[in-house]
Amino acid sequence: MRMLFGVFLLTISSLALSAPQGDALYASHCAACHGDTGAGGVGVPLSLPSFLNSVDDDFLRKTIRYGRPGRVMPAFRALSNAQVNAIVRHIRGWSGKPVPDFSGKPVRGDAEHGKQLFASHCVACHGANGEGGKGTGVTFSRKRDLPIIAPALNNAGFLAAASDGMIRHTLQFGRENTPMRSFLEQGLSEQDINDLVSYVRSFGSGVAPPGKQTATVTETTITAESSYSLEETIENLEGAIVSQNFILIRTGTLEHGLTTEGEEDSKEVILHFCNFSFLYEALKVDPRVGMFLPCRVTVTERDGKVMVTTINPLYLSRLFNNSELDEFCKRMHGVYSAILEDATL
Amino acid sequence: MKRWLASIFLLCSLLHIPSLVYAEEIIMTRSVLAFPEAMLALQESITAHGYTVSRVQRIDVGLTGMGYKTDKYRVVFAGKIEEIRELTDKAPALTAYLPPKISIFAEGEQTVLVTINPQVYAEIAGDAIDPIIFTHWESDLRSIFHDVNVAR
Ligand code: HEC
Ligand code: HEC
Repeated sequence: MRMLFGVFLLTISSLALSAPQGDALYASHCAACHGDTGAGGVGVPLSLPSFLNSVDDDFLRKTIRYGRPGRVMPAFRALSNAQVNAIVRHIRGWSGKPVPDFSGKPVRGDAEHGKQLFASHCVACHGANGEGGKGTGVTFSRKRDLPIIAPALNNAGFLAAASDGMIRHTLQFGRENTPMRSFLEQGLSEQDINDLVSYVRSFGSGVAPPGKQTATVTETTITAESSYSLEETIENLEGAIVSQNFILIRTGTLEHGLTTEGEEDSKEVILHFCNFSFLYEALKVDPRVGMFLPCRVTVTERDGKVMVTTINPLYLSRLFNNSELDEFCKRMHGVYSAILEDATL
Repeated sequence: MKRWLASIFLLCSLLHIPSLVYAEEIIMTRSVLAFPEAMLALQESITAHGYTVSRVQRIDVGLTGMGYKTDKYRVVFAGKIEEIRELTDKAPALTAYLPPKISIFAEGEQTVLVTINPQVYAEIAGDAIDPIIFTHWESDLRSIFHDVNVAR
């Protein structure tokens, strides 16, 4: 009897295990970017009826699994299927409408003609090659061209998640309350729309499948040994920073503020600097760019050896899954390297 | 019998743990509070966890000063002096990354917080450092973010 009771308990608790809480999972994994009620933020809105009416659960599940490589949206590989399903149910709960059913049949169209239509009707928002708008999501605080930035379409994650039927539906009906309009209403024919679907589909041949990581950067810092004294090196750095068109914000010890004045290690010095127009551009492509701020160089003297160190922006950048940010980080890598070279040689 | 039951529950809750830890490299949270209140909640929780806020860089002030339009955006630096000193002594690469920081910015009526998972520092530090310290940092950080997330 006891035994039976135990088995019963085990079954109950494993049922509980297999029914993860969608709201809690959404809150901890998605809300920071998509908003706690799905209104959007760093990510696009998810709660709009026009969005939920145009995607099926398979699209949502695959989007969570594959993410959007290079477009901020992470790939959630560590979640279990049950957890992914729970999140999808939570998202579905916002609409209460039946889930659309797209016929699995591939859409047949003329991709060449679709390409011409894409050039005249889509590139303004989705980019010349479907790479998406500058920045992502709703990005509340900063200047932007559209209330919602158009997603990337030449994206392995998008292409793997979207069925032809879903793309066609999105073009036919648009997404009300977003900049994405109905192209039937804009005067395109059903055949034009099929041609566009075929063209969007053709992006798939040029992109790496989701989950394929590109080469990883292993150098975590940019480092140089200085042939000058600590004081001279700091002076050199201040000059080098200004000559790279950056504004010097502050020079102080690494331990400043962590301990009482006078107790700080004076042989560990940080120079903080910034270029505000560069920063402004970077904030538009990723509001999380604060993790690189302010720009800084650290100078240390240990056993008479003066070392100058910066973060490697390329190393840090790969954590953000944002290819536009990678471009800024390449430029920043160049700036840091030039400053170090200027100041230490 | 009671003990036996308790151990089953323990087992189940242990089994459940792996689903809660998720190896993200960027940790983010959202607060329904407006920026000033969220900032206050953040600083209070950092202090309550035994860390010192060493500096708050007002990115937005710099930007608006230069004529750019932007909403509230700050970077908060925090740490414990003994830990920071030991880490930068043993792993010079960390001098470029420490003290740890949290970005906090307004998003409409709400506020978003972002930081790097401290586990990333373990990779930067290499073998010179026992990674247990970064596990502690991560758990403190998640607890701090949780505080801000639930603050009303
Ligand atoms: C005025 C800007 C604009 C134009 C023009 C535009 N789109 Fe969009 N498109 C958007 C936005 C914004 C979204 C995201 C809507 C949302 O948040 O649900 C979107 C969404 C989509 C989606 C769904 C993507 C996804 O991730 O779910 C597809 C497919 C798409 N557009 C294709 C096209 C095609 C093809 C054209 C040209 C015929 C086009 N769009 C023209 C702005 C635009
Ligand atoms: C770090 C920010 C971030 C997190 C965290 C995040 N997303 Fe996203 N998500 C985005 C961005 C940005 C896009 C749009 C990509 C683009 O513009 O190409 C997106 C797109 C999507 C889409 C496609 C929307 C469309 O119009 O087709 C879905 C669905 C989605 N996310 C669901 C989720 C879910 C569910 C979670 C949590 C498990 C999540 N996201 C976590 C940033 C994020």
